[in-house]
Amino acid sequence: MSEERFDCIIVGAGPAGSAAALTLARAGLEVLVIERGLQAGSKNMTGGRLYAHALQKIIPNFWEEAPVERRVVKETITMITPSGSVSLDYKSQRYNQEPYHSFTVLRAQFDQWLATKAEEAGAVIATGVRVDDLLRDDQGKIIGVIAGEDQMLANVVIAADGVNSLLAQKAGLRGELKDIHVATGVKEVIELPRQVIEDRFQLTGEEGAAQLFVGRCTQGIQGGGFLYTNKNTISIGLVITSGAIGKSKIKIADLIEEFKTHPNIAPLVTGGKVVEYSAHLVPEGGLNMLPALYTDGLLIAGDAAGLVLNTGYMVRGMDLAIYSGIAAAQTVIKAKEKEDYSKTSLSHYQELLKNSFVMKDLETYKNAPAFMEQTTRIFTTYPQLADNILYKLFTVYGTPAQHLLPMVMGELKKNNISIFDLVKDGIKGVRAL
Amino acid sequence: MKKLSIEERLGFNKFNVDDDEAHITINKEICRTCTEKPCLYACPALLYNLNEAGEMTFDYAGCLECGTCRVVCQKQGAIQWNYPRGIFGVQFRYG
Repeated sequence: MSEERFDCIIVGAGPAGSAAALTLARAGLEVLVIERGLQAGSKNMTGGRLYAHALQKIIPNFWEEAPVERRVVKETITMITPSGSVSLDYKSQRYNQEPYHSFTVLRAQFDQWLATKAEEAGAVIATGVRVDDLLRDDQGKIIGVIAGEDQMLANVVIAADGVNSLLAQKAGLRGELKDIHVATGVKEVIELPRQVIEDRFQLTGEEGAAQLFVGRCTQGIQGGGFLYTNKNTISIGLVITSGAIGKSKIKIADLIEEFKTHPNIAPLVTGGKVVEYSAHLVPEGGLNMLPALYTDGLLIAGDAAGLVLNTGYMVRGMDLAIYSGIAAAQTVIKAKEKEDYSKTSLSHYQELLKNSFVMKDLETYKNAPAFMEQTTRIFTTYPQLADNILYKLFTVYGTPAQHLLPMVMGELKKNNISIFDLVKDGIKGVRAL
Repeated sequence: MKKLSIEERLGFNKFNVDDDEAHITINKEICRTCTEKPCLYACPALLYNLNEAGEMTFDYAGCLECGTCRVVCQKQGAIQWNYPRGIFGVQFRYG
């Protein structure tokens, strides 16, 4: 066993881990980050978009140096059916003003950059090392980690080891992940010339677009599709509740190919070259799936702690991860001042999160996961209904025209939806989202 | 854009396969008792397949390390799941 004892060992060099490492190193603490990938970021993927505010706290105007792809100025929500799509499109010049709001990112580069920032501040980063277990003292208190033959000591361990967090399980903070609490995400990165992307999505310069889809892309299963424009690639994919895939007997690997070749999607990616196919789990249970976030000598942050928000029109994970990393670091700094690394001392972490947007937003949207699970019409009936209504609205064949109200009522009836269902789903939705 | 087979798609990725240690193993005895087999559909790399004898086969080489199989598997002990050893497994170049 090495005699050196770190103030903190962080497992995982994703956004949570590196944000924690950077904060700790700047405060002068001895930090070791252990990452299983060959480089930071090489095991990580996102849809993805990063909301800037959390990283802005520790690296002001980070976009001037970070390998971000495009700043998002255009948001689109699309209901997609076999024959068409209905979109709500929002583009605003307000997103072109500093401080920028959100960026599309590719994680291999981005995470490596953030880890390098932590390293420059004084953190030690060990890559290519898988942590196998937690090291405990005679009383069972966590005092470090075990990686292969090596044991490394620390006053506090921060488990930022991702959604599958084997360490959170080994610490007894969490049981097995439930298949209704996580979603499986698949993504293809498709390379296209920069100008082609800008023309197809009506963007200029550094501008980017984000688009979320619901309906046919998942064949009615709970989940949705996404599309983000990067500099010279497009990220396109699906996120589907893991438990729902097995029940549906539809292969998610096939669905993404269907999605890509949908007549309204194909023109956006045509001529492109797929350069990567990736997959990842997304913790989507919200507040109801959160484990205990700390114990004697251990804190968990980011996806490992289940800190993700999915409202259907917005998916957030990295900003919560970064903030939780910062809060975990601040907790360790405070614990060192008191030289108290007990559970009681580390409960400061919970307080910091509770008083921040992390827990406040999770609380606000705590009913969103249940709403989406129960309201299956969102994924099936409503997209088709919207398609039918708009088709009738815009179509002229010389047959007698119909007023809007009886036409809509007729479509509702055809789809077996009562006004009561519509109002009920609407009220539930407005309350949950 | 044409549809791509899973083999074509995995072919775009960079893998550093650990020839000495499988990070995921199947207990065929337990696996056999499962009628649903959600892993057949949920694995994004389609690495779970039934052979002619109806027995589950799994090839860890193309694993994307998402963890979906461990989550959807309904038979405790059927899948032994871990991350690959350090440096091994998929290397995302975009992510």
